[in-house]
Amino acid sequence: MKRDPGDAPDPSRREFVSCAAAAAAGFLLTACGPKRLVEMPKERLQAALRELERQYSETYGTAVTVADTPALPGVQFAYALDISRCIGCRRCVYACVEENNQSRDPQVHWIRVHAMEKEKGVDFTHSDPYYEPKEVPEEGRFYVPVACQQCENPPCTKVCPVGATWKEKDGIVVIDYDWCIGCRYCMAACPYGARHFNWAEPSIPRAELNPNTHWLGNPPRKKGVVEKCTFCIQRTRAGRYPACVEVCPVGARKFGNLLDPEGEIRYIIERKRIFVLKEDLNTVPRFFYFYAT
Amino acid sequence: MRSTLVTVLLAAACSASGYGGDESTASPRTGDERLEIPPPPFSDGIFPCTSCHADLKVNRTRRALTEMHDDIQLRHDEQHRWCLDCHDATDRDWLHLASGERILFEQSYLLCAHCHNPHQPRFRSLAPKPAPHRPQRPKEETGGLP
Repeated sequence: MKRDPGDAPDPSRREFVSCAAAAAAGFLLTACGPKRLVEMPKERLQAALRELERQYSETYGTAVTVADTPALPGVQFAYALDISRCIGCRRCVYACVEENNQSRDPQVHWIRVHAMEKEKGVDFTHSDPYYEPKEVPEEGRFYVPVACQQCENPPCTKVCPVGATWKEKDGIVVIDYDWCIGCRYCMAACPYGARHFNWAEPSIPRAELNPNTHWLGNPPRKKGVVEKCTFCIQRTRAGRYPACVEVCPVGARKFGNLLDPEGEIRYIIERKRIFVLKEDLNTVPRFFYFYAT
Repeated sequence: MRSTLVTVLLAAACSASGYGGDESTASPRTGDERLEIPPPPFSDGIFPCTSCHADLKVNRTRRALTEMHDDIQLRHDEQHRWCLDCHDATDRDWLHLASGERILFEQSYLLCAHCHNPHQPRFRSLAPKPAPHRPQRPKEETGGLP
């Protein structure tokens, strides 16, 4: 092909080589840059977690541990809640706040208890989460606590533009609080209102911090990140019940392994009338509501 | 000699003070320890009941006992209840439910629900914990709510 004299000249060999070298260096630098903890090699993750522990311990003046306990093989967590038992006392809400280091001010609650009229049945349009009678249960009302439904097919994880939230192998939907950019797409996608945003710098009184944390669960969060229930990942992966199950004074909350044929969850699913919230959305919740009586 | 009926009555009354069980069996619930139920408070040599009853003719008539076990004073709805409501007449080493299903002496607590509804009253009323704050715009400077 013949060239016009006005055309830019071909890059010289020297120019080409220096450009290529710069591109290669750029690529390498990017690859070595910050990474999601979940993608890190084990040693680097450990180092990062120890650093987090150091930071939290310094801030709160107590020895904070940040575990990275992986999903147990053969375990698929699921939850069941007996609506005929729940009396709406909100013990679970505050046990959750204390266990999972939610901000006290501004207030963040992972569990919301909806009071509903028995005459209307389960009806979130007319439910009242702000009920405050002297004593519960109130005449003619029943209560439906709602937190993250830990969907099998979670819409929230699909919309995250940075991959900061995903479903773990044991079914728990988790958030990497250090990777979340606070765009709140996940909150818009969640049909259960289960995700909560830290609009301001969260505050936890030093003495009330729970120092036993899991990096995907309850370490203190920062302003501008989304958070939600993780089935108390720091407890349940260590073989304990979630805090809300332990505190419930009427035994309305049940938790266990879906794969355990002798477990409570399977017993309930196989023998009780169960339902899930917004079944028609095909989110396939791991949170079952049932009426035991 | 105390009768085995006492076992049922004490268990049915659900009264901790009524137990004459071994103290060491009532262990606290910690960690992975199993919850142990105190054994029935049998007097020495009274069990198995069939060691005497196997050879005796069964008399199902409600009556005051005079020949044996006459030291037992039933003080648990005594107008309506008597021994064979809970003790199995055909095999004295067992108790039985209202359905006729036989149960071990260790399971005597299952008999309570025949008269007492475990779900009545359902649950004690409680003062609820505070309602959540209504959504508000946080104060930027302090990080707190207005």
